[in-house]
Amino acid sequence: MTRNRLLDVRIAGRHALLIELPDAERTGAFHAELLRRRAAGTLPPVEEIVPGARTVLLDGVPDPEKLARQLADWDVPSGVADDGDIVEIAVRYDGPDLAAVADLWGLGAQEAAARHSSYTYRVAFCGFAPGFGYLTGLPAELHVPRRATPRTRVPAGALALAGPYTAVYPRSTPGGWQLIGTMPDPTPLWDLTRDGAALLTPGTRVRFVPADSTP
Amino acid sequence: MTISLTVIRCGALTTVQDAGRRGHAHLGVPRSGALDAPAMRLANRLLGNAPDAAVLETTLTGCALRPDSGVTVVVGGAPCPVTVDGRPVPWGAPVRVPAGAVVDAGGVSAGVRSYLAVAGGIAAEPVLGSSSTDLLSGLGPAPLRDGDVLLVGAPVQQAALPATAPWAGPPDELTLPIRLGPRADWFTPEALHTLTSATYSVSPHSNRIGLRTEGPPLERVSTGELPSEGMVLGAVQVPPDGRPVVFLHDHPTTGGYPVIAVVAEAALAAAAQAAVGTPVRFTLG
Repeated sequence: MTRNRLLDVRIAGRHALLIELPDAERTGAFHAELLRRRAAGTLPPVEEIVPGARTVLLDGVPDPEKLARQLADWDVPSGVADDGDIVEIAVRYDGPDLAAVADLWGLGAQEAAARHSSYTYRVAFCGFAPGFGYLTGLPAELHVPRRATPRTRVPAGALALAGPYTAVYPRSTPGGWQLIGTMPDPTPLWDLTRDGAALLTPGTRVRFVPADSTP
Repeated sequence: MTISLTVIRCGALTTVQDAGRRGHAHLGVPRSGALDAPAMRLANRLLGNAPDAAVLETTLTGCALRPDSGVTVVVGGAPCPVTVDGRPVPWGAPVRVPAGAVVDAGGVSAGVRSYLAVAGGIAAEPVLGSSSTDLLSGLGPAPLRDGDVLLVGAPVQQAALPATAPWAGPPDELTLPIRLGPRADWFTPEALHTLTSATYSVSPHSNRIGLRTEGPPLERVSTGELPSEGMVLGAVQVPPDGRPVVFLHDHPTTGGYPVIAVVAEAALAAAAQAAVGTPVRFTLG
């Protein structure tokens, strides 16, 4: 078996493989490749394809050892194609931690808002709650730590930051992220009346559009 | 005519469960579904229901219902006294409940979760293909409360199993077969030895999300943070306190603590019936 140096394939029980990649970029590319092969009908049956920060979990695989051997021969593209639709999310930059985050960035609040809304983000993976997408795309120098003390209640629609990630809370939960803004109507993030309940699925590109009332 | 069931006593925690939701883990949606799936299926088969028809899953203290028309029910899973209007009736076998009578599944004598199945199944609005209550993310019907009214599905025509079908007894000692990985290399050789040789016990903090254990902590090689990654059913996740947690059906689909091993899915029904304090052993295989 030829070892694929980009893919560290790990057994996760009797029906799953956890595949680790060198970085978030290649993880996104590998995930996109899996979806492409599944759509083309060339991927063996897999019940769940669950991306993580640097991994993709393949669960519900009838023969994981066989799939692991096949993966060794895969060529994984090095980057994610920058095409496809962009979801635009209108936000107000009015979160209680905006000033603190702006300080960490060495900017004023308005500049921080302008900076945050200047990037195109990408849903790296989901979790924590249905409809909660972990968005990457913030440059490393703008990564901020979680709050020292988590809030017992973060309101639905809160636009938040922690580490390399940006997210919008689809509903009210406890949370330790820095809150920099608000999506006034968060219901589209998780809408069970819609075909495809989640607005943000892994691989989706996202832009935040500041509303006029931003300070 | 649709038969309805009024909840007279909801018990400590009673939820609607079926086979759960598949194929949505990438959206953060847990699998959910009956924790003791073989018990759910047997209860349904005794009634001639489809094996995965929605049932009620109780927790330790059972529940009581009053149908507005005659219905046939089976109470199985964790053994408990069953009564109809106060009169004892069989556990683990079909029981006729007349209109207006109260069927009561009592406190368990062993195990944790009893299953109350109704001929026709519980009719609850499916969400993403399942009527299961998901306690982690709040999908599906809310846990039962006193006074709730449940609807029963259309009558079934399938042949039922004979009532002599055997029920698995709750475990006195829980043996969980594991395969090491995907993150066994995050732990010391001593930790791997401890996991497969020490006896843990079921913690009172266990729930539908995970079977928590008490016992010797498992030490990591590195204390670094694990970037969030996908988690499978049966994953043995080790949080910072070092005590292994076995992920059950309402587990988060991604997590940031290393998974030292994965328990075979067939063993999870017994895990769901292991009462607080039950000894737990993890064995390779």
